Amino acid sequence: MSKIFQHLVSSAVPVPIENIDTDQIIPARFLKATTRDGFGENLFRDWRFDANNQPKADFVLNNPIYSGKVLVAGKNFGCGSSREHAAWALADYGFKVVVSSFFADIFKNNALNNFILPVQVSETFLDKVFQAIEADPEAKIEVDLENQLIRIVASGEQESFDINAYKKTCLLNGYDDIDYLLSLRQDIEKYEGTRAFNF
Amino acid sequence: MGKTLFDKIWDSHIVMSKPEHPDAVYINTHFIHEVTSPQAFDGLRKRGIPVFRPQKTRATADHNVPTLEQHLPIKEALSRHQVEMLTKNTTEFGVELYGLGHPYQGIVHVIGPELGITLPGMTIVCGDSHTSTHGAFGAVAFGIGTSEVEQVLATQCILQYKPKRMKIAVNGTLKNGVLSKDIILYIISKISASGATGYFVEYAGDAIRNLSMEARMTICNMSIEMGARGGLIAPDETTFSYIKGRQFAPQGAEWDKALAYWKTLFSDDDAAFDKVLTFDAADIEPQITYGTNPGMGMGVTQHIPALDQVEEKERPSFKKSLEYMDLQPGSALLGKKIDYVFIGSCTNSRIEDLRLVADYVKGKRKADDVVVWIVPGSKQVEAQAKAEGIDKVFAAAGFQLREPGCSACLGMNEDKVPAGMYCISTSNRNFEGRQGPNARTFLASPLTAAAAALTGRVTDVREAFGH
Ligand code: SF4
Repeated sequence: MSKIFQHLVSSAVPVPIENIDTDQIIPARFLKATTRDGFGENLFRDWRFDANNQPKADFVLNNPIYSGKVLVAGKNFGCGSSREHAAWALADYGFKVVVSSFFADIFKNNALNNFILPVQVSETFLDKVFQAIEADPEAKIEVDLENQLIRIVASGEQESFDINAYKKTCLLNGYDDIDYLLSLRQDIEKYEGTRAFNF
Repeated sequence: MGKTLFDKIWDSHIVMSKPEHPDAVYINTHFIHEVTSPQAFDGLRKRGIPVFRPQKTRATADHNVPTLEQHLPIKEALSRHQVEMLTKNTTEFGVELYGLGHPYQGIVHVIGPELGITLPGMTIVCGDSHTSTHGAFGAVAFGIGTSEVEQVLATQCILQYKPKRMKIAVNGTLKNGVLSKDIILYIISKISASGATGYFVEYAGDAIRNLSMEARMTICNMSIEMGARGGLIAPDETTFSYIKGRQFAPQGAEWDKALAYWKTLFSDDDAAFDKVLTFDAADIEPQITYGTNPGMGMGVTQHIPALDQVEEKERPSFKKSLEYMDLQPGSALLGKKIDYVFIGSCTNSRIEDLRLVADYVKGKRKADDVVVWIVPGSKQVEAQAKAEGIDKVFAAAGFQLREPGCSACLGMNEDKVPAGMYCISTSNRNFEGRQGPNARTFLASPLTAAAAALTGRVTDVREAFGH
């Protein structure tokens, strides 16, 4: 997993379903590993495979015409559990960007902590992205973090997206939160000295 | 301008607040369990650093443990490995563990409160979204991911942007047969599974005030199911008398000092909320969900929305959900045959829940073709149930009282609902496959679940109370 994210041009995989929860992204029975690797195999497990572990032909990840590092999904993506395994599964499968019109809070943090960029766009733009992929499964999507822009390459339609400045710096440079917090050690000890209680 | 309860607690825990940066927030209590912690401990090893304040983290094994024969080695190899890793990691890093066999073991959100570890005014995190449960004590408690677990282990702090504040007031008197679970299912059905995303919710109003501590925990527990970062309730005499005398609660002079502080924990009259919602308790009937997210709920006597009552944009997801549940738009659920009843999870597995169910089913027998699992939230709840003879009531009713753990709430252990079967569950999520591949979940209160256990069908529990 590369820790740096700057700029990407890729085709995209569409999953136009709303409220995709973390149990769909990675069902709980696959959370037994004690490392961060290998979760991609079980990404969207129950949508991808039937009870006999045969790929379901109608699910988009089993359709070879769709591929790429960008996942495009309906609103309220990543709701449900706080399990970071959902972000690990997406990263392990090879996704670098998830585009949706709305993200669940904890998922957004987890994605960013794993150097996956959640790009929140308007409902209108999301529809345009879905339409572009429907018209051409190989349609390219461009994501420019520095300028906070997402673009449908063929049509040139673009929209800007929000990301907080701190997280942006982290992604562009490959820093993580622990590096920052560890640098605050003296402040943390000073704060502890001011607490009136020992709990 | 006054401050909200949430602001009072949050602001007093800020270690560092810089422009354009998330706040570095000090954490008083950190709970961990076997599923979301191993990769965090690995991270510490890779960086070559210890746990910064090991005495502020407590561990238990809950998500993955069997609920039968817990004294025997865990059969399933991967689960066993995860539980063993927790023992190894907590030993190596000096963290207290209430593992299998320990009298304090149980679901992490059940044991924190019952041991007096969860206290008003605290900041509390855990690698589990239902950490919001602890907010019932007037604490700022929320779920975090594993990278964040590592942050807290490494620094006792977490980086977070401050959420917005929402107040949800529920006023008036609840009808007979309506429980706090129904209140929260009702609210979520009204505002949707994403209706509180970005907010921290404070629950208020006399209907909330009149609830017991355990009933308040059920409400705060499900805050996450409407997308909220967490939920909390201002502490009061109910809170203080619940805490007093518990194993790890402050004592003597410490207690007096703490109590004086806790009494300052309320939202000032002129505090500003970003959003305020108000509900009337009298409007709430026993609730049940019909779909595959907790927002898809209704009164137990109502009908599932017909297609034309659903916004066009949402129809594909709605249809997909009902296909999964094998239910027809516009149909009623009352009388629908069910196969399983699960009474458990951090939402409804406390002693009050078990007492309520036992009172209701005493001297009665479950329907023949229904499997009923009762999974207590902790070893202490289990022991209390046995001390009160509740186990005998369940045995006579044909209910199976199992050992503590998350169990069929998420189907990580062997307690899974078989494919295609319907389960009335007191847990908090009805997602596809949550209780087992292709299992179908109806979320409801412990009373509605108990009523279904007796009839084998979706039942209006108020009938037993003569409305
Ligand atoms: S009981 Fe269910 S919701 Fe609660 S902590 Fe366990 S798995 Fe999570």
